[in-house]
Amino acid sequence: MSQSTFTRRGLLRSSAALGAAGVAPSFFVRDAWAQDFTNNPGNGSSVTLGFNVPQSGAYADEGADELRAYTLAVKHLNGEGDGGMLNTMKPLSLKGNGVLGKEVKFVTGDTQTKSDAARASAKRMIEKDGAIMITGGSSSGVAIAVQSLCQEAGVIFMAGLTHSNDTTGKDKRKYGFRHFFNTEMTGASLGPVLESNFGKDRNAYHLTADYTWGWSQEGSIKKYTEALGWNTTAAVRTPLGAGDFSQYITPVLNSGADVLVLNHYGKDMVNSLTQAVQFGLRDKNVGGKDFQIVVPLFSRLMAQGAGENIKGIFGSTNWNWSLTDEGSAAFVKSFGAEYGFPPSQAAHTTYCQAILYANACEMAGTFNPCEVITALEGFKFDGMGNGATEYRASDHQCFKDVLVVRGNENPSSQFDLLEVVQEVPRSQVEYDPSLLGGELGNCA
Amino acid sequence: MKMFKLSSKDMMLMLVLSAAVLTMPIWLVPFGAGYPDLMQKFAIFGLFAVGFNILFGLTGYLSFGHAAFLGVGSYTAIWSFKLLSMNVLPAVMLGTIVAGLFAVLIGYVSLRRTGIYFSILTLAFAQMCYNLAYSVLTPITNGETGLRVLRDDPRVLDNMFGVVQEGSPVGSLFGVNMQGYPGFYFCAVMLLIGFFISLLIFRSPFGMKLIAIKSNQNRMRYTGFNTRPYLLIAFVISGMYAGLSGTLMAVTDPLAGAERMQWTASGEVVLMTILGGMGTLTGPLFGAVLIKYFENIFSAFNESSLLEIFSFLPEPLQHFVVTIVHPFVGEGWHLTLGALFMIIVIFLPGGLVEGFGRLSKKFKSKPTQKSE
Repeated sequence: MSQSTFTRRGLLRSSAALGAAGVAPSFFVRDAWAQDFTNNPGNGSSVTLGFNVPQSGAYADEGADELRAYTLAVKHLNGEGDGGMLNTMKPLSLKGNGVLGKEVKFVTGDTQTKSDAARASAKRMIEKDGAIMITGGSSSGVAIAVQSLCQEAGVIFMAGLTHSNDTTGKDKRKYGFRHFFNTEMTGASLGPVLESNFGKDRNAYHLTADYTWGWSQEGSIKKYTEALGWNTTAAVRTPLGAGDFSQYITPVLNSGADVLVLNHYGKDMVNSLTQAVQFGLRDKNVGGKDFQIVVPLFSRLMAQGAGENIKGIFGSTNWNWSLTDEGSAAFVKSFGAEYGFPPSQAAHTTYCQAILYANACEMAGTFNPCEVITALEGFKFDGMGNGATEYRASDHQCFKDVLVVRGNENPSSQFDLLEVVQEVPRSQVEYDPSLLGGELGNCA
Repeated sequence: MKMFKLSSKDMMLMLVLSAAVLTMPIWLVPFGAGYPDLMQKFAIFGLFAVGFNILFGLTGYLSFGHAAFLGVGSYTAIWSFKLLSMNVLPAVMLGTIVAGLFAVLIGYVSLRRTGIYFSILTLAFAQMCYNLAYSVLTPITNGETGLRVLRDDPRVLDNMFGVVQEGSPVGSLFGVNMQGYPGFYFCAVMLLIGFFISLLIFRSPFGMKLIAIKSNQNRMRYTGFNTRPYLLIAFVISGMYAGLSGTLMAVTDPLAGAERMQWTASGEVVLMTILGGMGTLTGPLFGAVLIKYFENIFSAFNESSLLEIFSFLPEPLQHFVVTIVHPFVGEGWHLTLGALFMIIVIFLPGGLVEGFGRLSKKFKSKPTQKSE
């Protein structure tokens, strides 16, 4: 080290070199404002959509089904296959030749059910693959994170499976749209059914996935059950993807509660419900009342995972394949023909989102997000499986009928797991947009 | 101050590296990696690994908890965005300093043990931070949802100077938004400064002492040399590097989640360092770039993109090749990485740097053989 001297001259020399090297490449910075909006497909023959779904983690099953639905939607948009819901949707501007005459292509990414990974993969789609729209997400935490990223990037985000109020509530964004329902609607639709089945005098114990969706779900169920006169014994938060819930279920046994509300989804719900049943909760009798379990957000994929344990348990769902209206039938038929089994609610909502986006572009006559947003805001449509539906302009939330379901006692097939108890009309679940707060912000 | 001066060889290295890093947007394009988000990751994780190497490479102390400092840096930066200003400079300074303070605490306790016990202690501290972020500290960390910058945060300094941003708030350096390419250049400059400091440490008597600790700490102690302060300084420096990397993650994308502190993140930086070549100057950089490249590019291949790649083959063969390759890309990119890691550890214990060395030796020795 004898030749080493930290001289003024040496420092100057090295910093000058650094500086020179630093200035040079800034000439190569691409001018982001050269195009009038992000990822303008211009005169190209194709347009790219980004499908960002969980391929690993607690919601991987839902993610896989979402991806199937997206692939199917792209086929139908490009005029391949039997057209699915394009045959039943009203009003329809799509012509079955892609979108605005451009062939639809897509790229996929794995959100890993983590905000960081989801944003990285969405950024890759926007920056590298030139995606004009991002859709997907099987977790509200991820959906909210990606939605705000898309707002910054100026790319439309069509939320997939996200149920938290916040997605179109306090974290709503001008560029984000949600077809799926939310916990407020779940509470409003489930409340009366719980009252008529379990009565007004109950003690509820909540187990809640510890993130935005769980909190939102817990809040809504508390709000509506306490309005009935129920008492909330305790609400315990559990980490997402915990796997083993026995340490959370043991305290329920001696808490004096007679209803367990599982604010879990995906594999978490499969595990917690299975363990709750194994611990004998359903055979318990508290103060002369049968112990009950409620799973506010239900899906067929979860029912399949939970097997026998699901029988007779109440919950709500956005859509179920057993619906017999024209749109549902057409979708179930083409999904079944493609993959050999019926679609889940996750598949349904993501399929609808892809079609709705494409239709809005066709209506607007451009891919310019601001005009597409205007086309979607207040858009009323029918024939997509949920009856008459409206994309409310003030919060970009779809309003439609909600299904209250129960685990089927006598399933006729391995997919016939949910029995629709009631189709709760849209008017009963509607609320004032100011209830959930938030601000949409502006376009570009 | 006779300790710091760079030999001309090191100057060359610094120049070549600066040129290579700053021209990334050009030469990475053919590899499909020339987009800002991934290049930011290259720079950020490169910096993380370079800092980690100061501890692991020089002293041989294997920390399994460096992700904790990364997380602390991220959270501090976001709080600086929320409370002080969207300007990145306060965030960078605070993030680095707070991570440094954490490193003093954790290092002071953990460095009382060596070898595997040290690793386990650091791992335990990191997992503690991770679990705290998820449970008790949710008012500070916002739990699973992650901490975000909101429009109506106080931002005292911005309000004082009347700086107003339109739309959703993003990190900025005096009006230049730190996203996309500007964000990358900011990270790249930080990386180069970090690398320069690491170079100085490697060449300094201080670095020499750290290497001496690695080779035989007992002998150092017998000669009456107190090693612990040196170890602690090395630990804190590398913790500050990690904190700076965490801050940069928040700078380029104003969101912090607890998953950054998970043990897998700590393990990743160990992999990067070993893959590139521990104890070498540039090795960790190569390792970081390689792993991030795999994570972002390989994981994005799906069946249809594979079919496109192999479309030059006749149809049956094309499907056969795709069936074979498919498990190794997409969700299976970890598998490829694992295999690569094994190959490198078994055949190139010195990592990629050793591989490059052997290659260049081969090329250099060839002409001399001919002349003989």
